[in-house]
Amino acid sequence: MPLDRSYVGRSLPPTAPYQVGREKIREFATAIGADDPAYHDPAAAAALGYRDVIAPPTFPIVVTTAASQQLIDDPGLGMDYSRVVHGDQRFAYTRPVVAGDELVCVNTVEEITERGGHEFITTRTDVTTPAGEPVVTAWSKLVVRGEG
Amino acid sequence: MEAGQQLPTQTYRVTRADLVRYAGASGDFNPIHWSERFATKVGLPGVIAHGMFTMALAGRALTTWAGAPDGVVNVEVRFTRPVPVPDDDTGTEIEVSGVVEQVTDESFGVSITATCDGQKVLGRAHAILRHRRG
Repeated sequence: MPLDRSYVGRSLPPTAPYQVGREKIREFATAIGADDPAYHDPAAAAALGYRDVIAPPTFPIVVTTAASQQLIDDPGLGMDYSRVVHGDQRFAYTRPVVAGDELVCVNTVEEITERGGHEFITTRTDVTTPAGEPVVTAWSKLVVRGEG
Repeated sequence: MEAGQQLPTQTYRVTRADLVRYAGASGDFNPIHWSERFATKVGLPGVIAHGMFTMALAGRALTTWAGAPDGVVNVEVRFTRPVPVPDDDTGTEIEVSGVVEQVTDESFGVSITATCDGQKVLGRAHAILRHRRG
């Protein structure tokens, strides 16, 4: 089933706030071998001007992947997630994610194209605080592999 | 810092245990990253690393080059080739190298090359890094 082109340009409702825990950041940093003290020690992060530990650059994927469930679950868009491969990923940061952040995601479908029997969908996720302060914007290009 | 300058290459070892740990930390439990049976069934050479794990390692190289854990302003990559991770104690190795592109007063661009077994695993990989404090 092809993706519904009418979704291009459409933004979905904001997701419920994601609570960023200090231990989650430490767990993520440990998993990728990132041992900079600012990811683990609140005092080291404070020395850089942050109120708590900060997250490594790709940590927002944890938040945006959870938020993208909204697109996968949308029956109108018609994305068969079992055929999806991650194509491209981009992050543009206003500031790093900090432990204690509450993050709200707004997903927007930017582009849907087709080439060689595969479909490509580019989504933009604007990640902000509940007050609307921008934190990071993530773009994901997903490849929905054609059948056969 | 000037355009064309080669940044110190960073090498990271990746084992199956790392993939399991990353799956748990990231919440990405796709079985192609931990089940040989599942991975081969869908036509992969075996268990492969999460694309986002490779990107996270590129992120480590970037913060090293920036000299700051919060030094990345922008980063983008394309996942061009899977990274197979054998089920042994040594796993595989990802090498991340970078070349300085444009330089401004506040930041500098970096063209990133990530390879595994001599083959590029990231394409169109670029970042903008803030200059070191002070």
